[in-house]
Amino acid sequence: MASSGHGSGRQEAADRRLRLIAGHLHPRIAASECKAEAAESDPVRAKTVPKRRQEVMKWNGWGYSDSRFLFNKKGQAEFTGRRYRLGGLIFPSLKDWFESTFGANLQHKSPPTAALNSSAITPPNLNEPFLQDLKSMGIPHSLEAEDRVFRAHGHCLHEIFALREGRFGRLPDMVVWPNCHDDVVKIVELACQHNACLIPYGGGTSVSSALECPPDEMRSIVSLDTSQMNHILWIDEKNLTAHVEAGIVGQELERLLNESGFCTGHEPDSMEFSTLGGWVATRASGMKKNIYGNIEDLVVHIKMVTPRGVVEKSCQVPRMSTGPDIHHFIMGSEGTLGVVTEVTLKIRPLPEYQKYGSVVFPNFEQGVACLREVAKQRCAPASIRLMDNAQFQFGHALKPQVSSIFTSFLDGLKKFYITKFKGFDTHRLCVATLLFEGDREKVLQHEKQVYDIAAKFGGLAAGEDNGQRGYMLTFVIAYLRDLGMDYYVIGESFETSVPWDRVLDLCRNVKERITRECKERGVQFPPMSTCRVTQTYDAGACVYFYFAFNYRGLADPVHVYEQVEHAAREEILANGGSLSHHHGAPKPMSDTCETTNQIAAYIQSHGLLRPRFLHLVVHDGVVDAKATEDDERLCRKRR
Amino acid sequence: MLSRREDFRDILEERRTSSDLSHALKSFTRVSSRASPPCSVSTLNKTVLESQHLHYIMQEVSKDTGEPLEAIREEAAGILEEMSQNLQLGYIRFLGFILSKVFKRLFRKINVNEEGLQRLQQAMQESPVVLMPNHRSYVDFLVLSYLLFTYDLSIPVIAAGIPLMGMQLIGEILRRSGAFFIRRSIGTDKLYWAVLSEYVKTILRKDFAPVEFYVEGLRSRTLKSLPPKLGMMHMVLEPFFKGEVYDISLVPISISYDRVVEESLLAYEILGVPKPKETTMGLLKARKVMDEDYGNMHVCFGHPLSVRDLAKGKVNRKQYNLIPRDLPMKPSESIHAFANTTAHLVLRLQQDNMVLSPWSLMATILMQNLGGINLKLLTKQTVWLKWLVLDFGALVDWPVQVADSEVMSSGLSLHHSVVRCEGDQVLLAEQKPQRGAAPEEAVFRRAVAVLMCASYRNQALHVLASPAMLSVALSLAAASSRADIYNLYAFLREMFYNEFIFIPDRTGQDFEEACSLLQKCGTVQIINQNIMVTDKGLSVTSFLTAAVEPFIDAYQVIFRYICSRSVQEFTEKQFISGIRTFTLNLILTGEVKSYDVLSSETQKNALASLVRLNALTKKKREEQTYFSPNKAAIGRTADILAGKIAPQARTYSRL
Repeated sequence: MASSGHGSGRQEAADRRLRLIAGHLHPRIAASECKAEAAESDPVRAKTVPKRRQEVMKWNGWGYSDSRFLFNKKGQAEFTGRRYRLGGLIFPSLKDWFESTFGANLQHKSPPTAALNSSAITPPNLNEPFLQDLKSMGIPHSLEAEDRVFRAHGHCLHEIFALREGRFGRLPDMVVWPNCHDDVVKIVELACQHNACLIPYGGGTSVSSALECPPDEMRSIVSLDTSQMNHILWIDEKNLTAHVEAGIVGQELERLLNESGFCTGHEPDSMEFSTLGGWVATRASGMKKNIYGNIEDLVVHIKMVTPRGVVEKSCQVPRMSTGPDIHHFIMGSEGTLGVVTEVTLKIRPLPEYQKYGSVVFPNFEQGVACLREVAKQRCAPASIRLMDNAQFQFGHALKPQVSSIFTSFLDGLKKFYITKFKGFDTHRLCVATLLFEGDREKVLQHEKQVYDIAAKFGGLAAGEDNGQRGYMLTFVIAYLRDLGMDYYVIGESFETSVPWDRVLDLCRNVKERITRECKERGVQFPPMSTCRVTQTYDAGACVYFYFAFNYRGLADPVHVYEQVEHAAREEILANGGSLSHHHGAPKPMSDTCETTNQIAAYIQSHGLLRPRFLHLVVHDGVVDAKATEDDERLCRKRR
Repeated sequence: MLSRREDFRDILEERRTSSDLSHALKSFTRVSSRASPPCSVSTLNKTVLESQHLHYIMQEVSKDTGEPLEAIREEAAGILEEMSQNLQLGYIRFLGFILSKVFKRLFRKINVNEEGLQRLQQAMQESPVVLMPNHRSYVDFLVLSYLLFTYDLSIPVIAAGIPLMGMQLIGEILRRSGAFFIRRSIGTDKLYWAVLSEYVKTILRKDFAPVEFYVEGLRSRTLKSLPPKLGMMHMVLEPFFKGEVYDISLVPISISYDRVVEESLLAYEILGVPKPKETTMGLLKARKVMDEDYGNMHVCFGHPLSVRDLAKGKVNRKQYNLIPRDLPMKPSESIHAFANTTAHLVLRLQQDNMVLSPWSLMATILMQNLGGINLKLLTKQTVWLKWLVLDFGALVDWPVQVADSEVMSSGLSLHHSVVRCEGDQVLLAEQKPQRGAAPEEAVFRRAVAVLMCASYRNQALHVLASPAMLSVALSLAAASSRADIYNLYAFLREMFYNEFIFIPDRTGQDFEEACSLLQKCGTVQIINQNIMVTDKGLSVTSFLTAAVEPFIDAYQVIFRYICSRSVQEFTEKQFISGIRTFTLNLILTGEVKSYDVLSSETQKNALASLVRLNALTKKKREEQTYFSPNKAAIGRTADILAGKIAPQARTYSRL
């Protein structure tokens, strides 16, 4: 293991990864060190992400280089680094949980290749005229292997797995860092002019394969990294809006707004690294959407650069009725239509009071019934999530070592009360985690209302601590995946939205399908197949699945993984769920969903759209400059 | 002897050596590993009555009829009360004790394939199970519960006809042994359908108990499989389509009898004498059947079919996404086709696992020698037939290490009610008509004897049906080209679709199979897309043709009858009484030899075939079904069947 090692390259890499992970576990506290250029004259300047991401981030895993989980010499799980509140803590029960859940063994390691070997990377396929013009405009760029590798992938399992094995597919041939909207306009114009291919890159947290470079792309691929476009351009206190550059990272946006006494309240699980532009492009959803809304509710204005010009509304108004909303064409387009450069968002004054909570239910059915009732009464707190039993056990395994005997005694008492006195079965019970926000008084009132409803469904209040730990799980899960991958365990999450009447059936059938498909495909140990109802709506819910298994003995684990995930998604669709609630359309399944693109392409092929209006592309995630010419030809024909 | 391996074990053996009482009182633990705790009968019924689906239908009915919702709810509760089972282990034990006594008295052996029971146990742990036995005798009714009790498996709830409920005391005992009662003709009674389907679906969703039902709908009077009824089939499939359960296992179960307890009633019933009403007194009176020997009984549990696997690629479950879960939804074309194919598949699998007795092979030979046959010849031919059906993949219960002659005489003596020996001659045992009785009376008595024998032939007919269709096609075809023969085969298959139960959309596959069976036993040669009967194969094809000839003759008579009538339309009732007189005359003049045409089952099947072939049009008017014939089409059909003209060419498809 890395902590016990010395010298070898592999160990170093592991160390670095460790450091990276640790940074993650302090959800609301930003990284302090910043290597990016200092703020210029801007009023508010973010500073998390340097151009050279490799300086703080892992190249083949999640998050910061200094933050990671590992099993120490004693076999105890521990989290490194100081970025998160979890840094330096010991998790005594994680090892047992890990070994018994996956049939894994600390003796059986599957470490990644040591370091990024730049020499193994194919040299860039450069578009010289493009490069020359770019240079003459003074827009920063890089041809370096490391920069290119960093922007060639999102965080899908197959992408990370390949990186850990030191395999690289088609990479972008160069990276450019526009500093503002006008830079993007110039870059897109150049790409059109010189027939280059652009892929917008924000936080790199995509899980829909949208960043993957098409292997058969012959043109030079340019990764357009928006990370330097990270200013809050203005804050409008009268209308409660903020105009922000799209490259800003979630945690920075919140931090900077907080300094002025505001927040957006948009907190997707990836908010440490994902960007505003990415949220818009994927129709993101935040944990606290019950109060603040999803991205489509938050956005007031979008500026997007397309190969056919800039798309934006001429006003910043709460609603309009002049044809279909152009925003809804942009949101969810996943970079296929253009580059989002600036966004006006609603903001809110910072809430006065925040309180976590949790409720234990005797079983998942009762829990879902309670959430349904809460949704019906429209009294959902900022966040309400219901974890199934397996996920409850998972969360439990992440309980840090308690320092006092008194606390552990109390824990014992609680457990005794719930299982023995209340007769809950530890293998069936499940937990809802809650987060309340707002005026202190209203929060307390609200809290009582929700607990009263829960009681009707057999729910018992189970304390703030359990609630908070539940939310922590979603922030550390990506770091935990890296830990699993060190020991032959691979996994991923996927999500769906589903009408209320199908929630239970969908959860049961999808989990069962995963288990059976794994067995059929030769997975030796039953997989972890768990879900939580993670958002509630009037007409349905969002369900989030974790799925992981021990791949020892499998020749092509990623392929098996993908087959099982495909089957699981098929099951979701058959049970009345959607392909995605907020992750975006998974690439391998895009044949099953009629994306906006397909509809648009279809409509445009009939000449219904004005050609100057929008432009369409072939590959998801790729702004395709060549298509412009085709459009041109089409237009000429029509004329 | 069994050439296809299926190991049977006689469960009566243990009953004969140990106490029935301790068997009835043995500890019984229901095997089920799935998570949901079992619910009580009253919770089950409450769930049904409070279901959204039923609520919705009740509102609709209330709107239609103008009656208050409360009254409709009462009515629904009444229906449910009449219907619902009240499964109690105590009654199963009680029944177990009685049945041990009865079965030992009736049967020499009850043979069960234990491997099948193990598979069933496995299936029960994985998903809700539907038990689908064939139905040949009243004895079927509780034998499965008895077996499952003996083997510590969950006791099923059983769909039963409402007449059984009417039996005093017995009805209640059956109810407490898991029977739930369904009215015979539900027709368009919306509320009744809703209560029934919600009841069945709730049992499956809650995995309350395995559901047992007869996909044939009725007890088969001919001992042949009946065309499936799809109502229950749809009900048990829907929870899977709607995702309410992960999967459902359908378990085909084949129950075969050496001798059927109610054999003498069968012939009368198919000749149109109504069956006696089920009453407790009737049952007590029927006690004397207990003194007879009924030989062996075989119960073969087939491989469980996963509905999920069957539906893969055939049913798009997303079609259920656009309508609220609890609202009734008319099954789409694809769902309907799937239910139909699945029901036929189950029937086919039931047939595959039927165990043929030497007697049913003898009956098949006897049916081709109604005038009597020399015992030696009968033995020779029966043994020959045994090898043929073994080649065709049938299971045969031919005792090993016993001389063939002994097997024969044992079969003959067991069936003294059907055959008798006069010296070396084996003859049908028919009751002599009273002196001075009308000649029709003699025909009727003869028909009873022939049809009784025919039902035992029918037990083996499914093995021969497809190759026999091919043999007939070969004899009718003008040329030996594969395409011509396929055309004829497909035509015959359509013609006898209900008679012999073919799986829809499998014509090509079945044709290939029949060809390869006959090829394998050297009956036909296939050279350059030509199918030719070999010299030594002639005996096989002519035997097979003769085996189905009574049906062909019967259909021809029926066609003739319809064409000879001048009326524009007729009801089924008119048809059945008319055809009976018509046939009787033909038999009296010696023009017709087939007695199968007197069977009301054959008559109904022929009507259904003509409707399928669009030679009859079916119309419903004022609760009455009318048929109007297209005589030209019927004439053409008759001509094809007689080999006078070729059927319309159809595209050959393997699947």
